[in-house]
Amino acid sequence: MNHADAHIVMDGHKMARAITRIAHEILERNAGAKTLVIVGILTRGADLARRLAKTIKEIEKVDVPVGLMDINLYRDDVNYNPDQPVVRKTDIIFDIDDKNLILVDDVLYTGRTIRAALSQIIDFGRPLTIQLAVLVDRGHRQLPIRPDYVGKNIPTSFEDNVRVSFAERDGEDEVLFYPSQTDQSSPAAAKKRKKP
Amino acid sequence: MSLSSRHLLQLEGVPKEDLELILDTAESFREILDRPIKKVPPLRGKTIVNLFYEPSTRTRISFELAEKRLSADTLSFTTTMSSVRKGETLKDTVRNIEAMKIDMVVVRHSSPGVPYYLTQCLEANIINAGDGTHEHPTQGLLDIFTMRRKYGKVDGLRVLLVGDIRHSRVARSNIWGLKTLGASVAICGPTTLLPYDAERFGIDVYTNLDEAMEGVDVVNILRIQLERQKAGLFPSQREYSNLFGITGERLKRVNKNFTIMHPGPMNRGVEITNEVADGPASVILSQVTNGQAVRMAVLYLLAGTDDADVTSQTEKG
Repeated sequence: MNHADAHIVMDGHKMARAITRIAHEILERNAGAKTLVIVGILTRGADLARRLAKTIKEIEKVDVPVGLMDINLYRDDVNYNPDQPVVRKTDIIFDIDDKNLILVDDVLYTGRTIRAALSQIIDFGRPLTIQLAVLVDRGHRQLPIRPDYVGKNIPTSFEDNVRVSFAERDGEDEVLFYPSQTDQSSPAAAKKRKKP
Repeated sequence: MSLSSRHLLQLEGVPKEDLELILDTAESFREILDRPIKKVPPLRGKTIVNLFYEPSTRTRISFELAEKRLSADTLSFTTTMSSVRKGETLKDTVRNIEAMKIDMVVVRHSSPGVPYYLTQCLEANIINAGDGTHEHPTQGLLDIFTMRRKYGKVDGLRVLLVGDIRHSRVARSNIWGLKTLGASVAICGPTTLLPYDAERFGIDVYTNLDEAMEGVDVVNILRIQLERQKAGLFPSQREYSNLFGITGERLKRVNKNFTIMHPGPMNRGVEITNEVADGPASVILSQVTNGQAVRMAVLYLLAGTDDADVTSQTEKG
């Protein structure tokens, strides 16, 4: 993973500041935390969702319900993929009807994951609004989807890679950028770096 | 991740990794059954035929619901209302159905080996829903899944199967799956209802139920098929019930916390009393719920073994 060309685009401090800012923006737009529920997309969207809930609690002293969502059953590429993706457990134990639902992922890219998540959310209930929060927007959308809250916009080419690490899962808080040549040198390693 | 086989014919010989993948996936699918909308889209566009040459309530309904909850198109076929009555052979029946473009066949038949035979004449994925006295792999998996949910693991569990082991496909699937996953298995029943070749399985054999129940975690009670009595394999239901019936009184006597399982349909008052079947140790209805999650997992995973030649277009956004 430690390739010479990879570099840190956000360190722990920048990440913390971005998360705090997003939390404030969410509270401002929704006039507090009372109507909020947060749903994070597994795996690192869920990590970010927990961080956001923690930050909101520090600011507003309100416990916002956090749910976890696996989107693999709603993917649009199941018939094109030789391996069935491993399905992990979705865990949304609260009512989402008439709530302002903050959907959280670490990196926004083609938008297909978000499309899958939207389909799944609608099978769980009818939120008042669904708002999208991401730590990194790297562009290259293939669907008409846009984020409501962004930690950082990172211009990338299609072949580049962006990876978000969280201390509780990966040992360190940071966002790493892998330029395209790292991928070409080792396609297998590059594939691994892609989020599950 | 994919299973190493395109079909699920038996648990004998299925590698541990496959069993664990099915059980882990079933754990994720179990949650779907608690949602307001109990339906997810991964098998959209797949057509599944349930081919039941033998009576079944639980298994057929469970498969049908599992298929529908994965958004597959299903059709169920029972022999009483079909051309089987006119003398059509099994091979002709299934090849005609396959000619209507189907993707998977769930089959139950009174002859062992029918699911395997179908793999030889069809392109579809085949799932065995019980073939004679051979195996009933999804029942074995759901029993194991229920044990794993209760104890958090299978490795090291001590499981006792009681009753008609010799004619039981459920017992065989339990034994193979449990052995592969590291549980220790014992069987108990009248000598006439135990397999001739029990040592082949590497399990303990008892004919005294109290002895057999010592130190056991799970008691899986098999149905006594009443037609076996007509065949002279045991003298009377009352004698069977006295010697091998699981009663509240027996549970108190052995004095241990058991988990009581039964694949159904139960003969209440023969192999199990009402007190036990409806008592706190019984997980019989959880088995039925879990059966759906397990069958969903099997269908989902087998569907993925289909398109091995299609290039990956996976891209994550």
